[in-house]
Amino acid sequence: MKARQATKIIKEIKVDINKCTGCRACEMACSAFHSKPKYSSINPARSRIRVVVDELNDEYVPIRAGDYTVAECTGRHTYAIDGKDYSECSFCGAVCPSRDFFFEPDSGLPLKCDMCETVPALDQPWCVKVCTADSLTYVEREVPRDEKPQPTRDQLEIGLEFLINEYGMEAILENLNRKSKR
Amino acid sequence: MRYAETGFDLEIDLTRGSIERVASPLDMTEMYLGGQGAAAKILWDRVSPGTDPFSPDNLLIFSAGILHATPVPGVNRTAVNTISPQTNLMAHSLFGGFFGPELKHAGYDKIIIKGKAPDLVYLYIHNDKVEIRDATHLRGVGSTETGDRLKKELKDPRVQVAAIGLAGENRVYMASIEHNHASAARGVGVIMGDKRLKAIAVRGTKDINIAHPAELFQMSQELHHKIDSSGCGDWMAYDEDDSFHHNHFAWGNARTRLKNYWSKELQDRWTSWKYDHMDRQTGCYNCPKECRNVIKWPGKPRFAYKCYGKDTYHMAAFLELDFSYEILGVAQEYGLDSYSTPQVIAFALELLEAGILTDKDFPGMPEDSRGRFFYIMEKIVRREGIGDILADSVSHAAIRIGNGAEAYDHNTTKKFEQLPIKLGKVNPAYFLMIATGEKMSITQIEGSFPQDPLPTPEQRQAFVDKWEAAPDEKFKQYFLNWEKRADITNQVASEITEWNEAMHYVDDATGLCGFVSSFRGQFGGDVAYHMNNIPDCIRLATGIPFDKDKLWKTAQRIRTLVRAINVRRGLRRKDERPPEDHWAVRDEEAEQKLLSDYYDYKGWNHDAIPTRQTLEKLDLGYVADDLEERGILMVEDGVSAKTA
Repeated sequence: MKARQATKIIKEIKVDINKCTGCRACEMACSAFHSKPKYSSINPARSRIRVVVDELNDEYVPIRAGDYTVAECTGRHTYAIDGKDYSECSFCGAVCPSRDFFFEPDSGLPLKCDMCETVPALDQPWCVKVCTADSLTYVEREVPRDEKPQPTRDQLEIGLEFLINEYGMEAILENLNRKSKR
Repeated sequence: MRYAETGFDLEIDLTRGSIERVASPLDMTEMYLGGQGAAAKILWDRVSPGTDPFSPDNLLIFSAGILHATPVPGVNRTAVNTISPQTNLMAHSLFGGFFGPELKHAGYDKIIIKGKAPDLVYLYIHNDKVEIRDATHLRGVGSTETGDRLKKELKDPRVQVAAIGLAGENRVYMASIEHNHASAARGVGVIMGDKRLKAIAVRGTKDINIAHPAELFQMSQELHHKIDSSGCGDWMAYDEDDSFHHNHFAWGNARTRLKNYWSKELQDRWTSWKYDHMDRQTGCYNCPKECRNVIKWPGKPRFAYKCYGKDTYHMAAFLELDFSYEILGVAQEYGLDSYSTPQVIAFALELLEAGILTDKDFPGMPEDSRGRFFYIMEKIVRREGIGDILADSVSHAAIRIGNGAEAYDHNTTKKFEQLPIKLGKVNPAYFLMIATGEKMSITQIEGSFPQDPLPTPEQRQAFVDKWEAAPDEKFKQYFLNWEKRADITNQVASEITEWNEAMHYVDDATGLCGFVSSFRGQFGGDVAYHMNNIPDCIRLATGIPFDKDKLWKTAQRIRTLVRAINVRRGLRRKDERPPEDHWAVRDEEAEQKLLSDYYDYKGWNHDAIPTRQTLEKLDLGYVADDLEERGILMVEDGVSAKTA
């Protein structure tokens, strides 16, 4: 019988920019959930999701804090969607020195979205829960986990030889002995 | 620790160029909440009744509501208060959007502005950094464009800007203050312009603390769901059948009813105009409703409207919706109130037709209605020629023009343009609200008790059965027994007026939007906020104990203080008259009896002044002292409400 392939859950928040009303309830709820104790203070500046708004150009784009980066991009794309030009930054979640999003206002430390992971787990992250316009939707996808390749005989021998040379046969045997008894 | 509030105000003196951060006492919050309530107390304390609205001593106050920047949804209306040159009374204005919450996150509940800058300036607030900056490069720049330019200049797209356009700069009485597709109307832009303050840009990154966090968050999520799933909000954002306004409200200079105007064909055409040019519908801070339709009309600035705001221009001009779409973006950039401005223009055109004004007053004016409206609007915002007179609003313009023009000023109360509603029989509650209200527009006074009875007892019973908003069982009885619109006793009309008003005074002190609260209950009764749940929101957010009775009393206290401010500035019974043609069938004697009965009910004397006894019951003894000292309230008035 073939062993069941290992899988992992990918959590995604899908954004429909045409549905965003710019109300920023997502920012409010995120900051409340991540305050300590929970919900004790409100501050969109601490939110890990921000709605980038440009009313004059009708741009409303919620973005989520991703990884911290020390440097700005060297060059950027401009995307034309439905006749409107969006800078690459409009969609980028990197916590980057080019803008003051996603930094703790007091300490300046970077923030990162954690999908509201908590015990017991929420059914959805808070930003999605409060987005009644359905601009944000939560999707969980199960994808196969990449199997680690088994080491070949050659690799095993080379490795063992290295360890014997490094630590001596006696130490290796003693260690193996102990491990095999466990 | 202070909860829900920052506990600090910004005091700006534009004459001296000084900026101070001043702590506000907690007991003031408990007595007057925030928003208009707190602003009324400041105006009472600091603007003496002799102060000319254009004096540097007049204050312009931007105040966040007590619930701004808490998780409570649908709280985003910032109050703007000052003394209005149009009415010479306390001006009351509100705007939605994001300004109030941002101000609180910057660390302030209010901005109190006095003095006048030598030339155009703007105020930049970024947390503890507050600066008065030169704005001469923004002279004549449109109101929303000013916001856009400041965001770029300050390199911060998250700055929230409230700005005036050319109308405010030129001290047009109908000037508004614009912010993020929301307008502060009813005569406050003129004072911002008079103080030479082009804009306020605010950015805040501080915490607002909540007294009972988990409970309030839970309650807020339930309310969020309720607002989203119930009918409250502006149903006109979705419902394309606008026969209500077009068939029932008056066109032109509030004269002409077109009772069968609306048709299916018209609705289809207008719906296409809307959806062919609408980018999206947007909402205000932390509100699940999307009441604002954002329109991009070819060749005109992008703008947003809600509710009846899309009808005022084309109805005044006897045109169709495309005209409103054409003019609203331009009017928004100029910063003009879309309720009063079209009436002023229609009034001017009526005077021209009557021969009181002549072609010489309108050199080069186009022949068509469309062209004329644009022409007169340009004259008004620049105060050129006849525009300089019209810029002072209908009542003042009528006096300045003279020669019989006063007769055409037929739709104002307390010198303020009213909604163009002309009906048959008096609804006594409406008579009281229009006559005695001090928020100047009926939309800011009505709203909790239904406008009309339901036809059958079964329908009325069904309505009452699910009526959570009623603060007292007696209102359910009144509604059950109500059969004909005009058939309400003076006592009941007084009680309805009091409830309707109280809800607005609560909203305007907490920052709640009337569309999910005070204004909305009259249409179907199902509304998210009411006297029965707002006390919990305040209590959980601030930690200050509040229940229904205390909130009711607070609303009456604020309402009475506003009355006292205006009484001190000269408001009396004689000013409390709805437009003479508001209803076709009138009975002066019965109406005056109604007014007297209402004053008795409120504990005011028959000249519309609250008595000492009433004031003391509302902890406003200091107001009674002042009114007595000035000889406005006779000492014996304290004995009985009926002595005057």
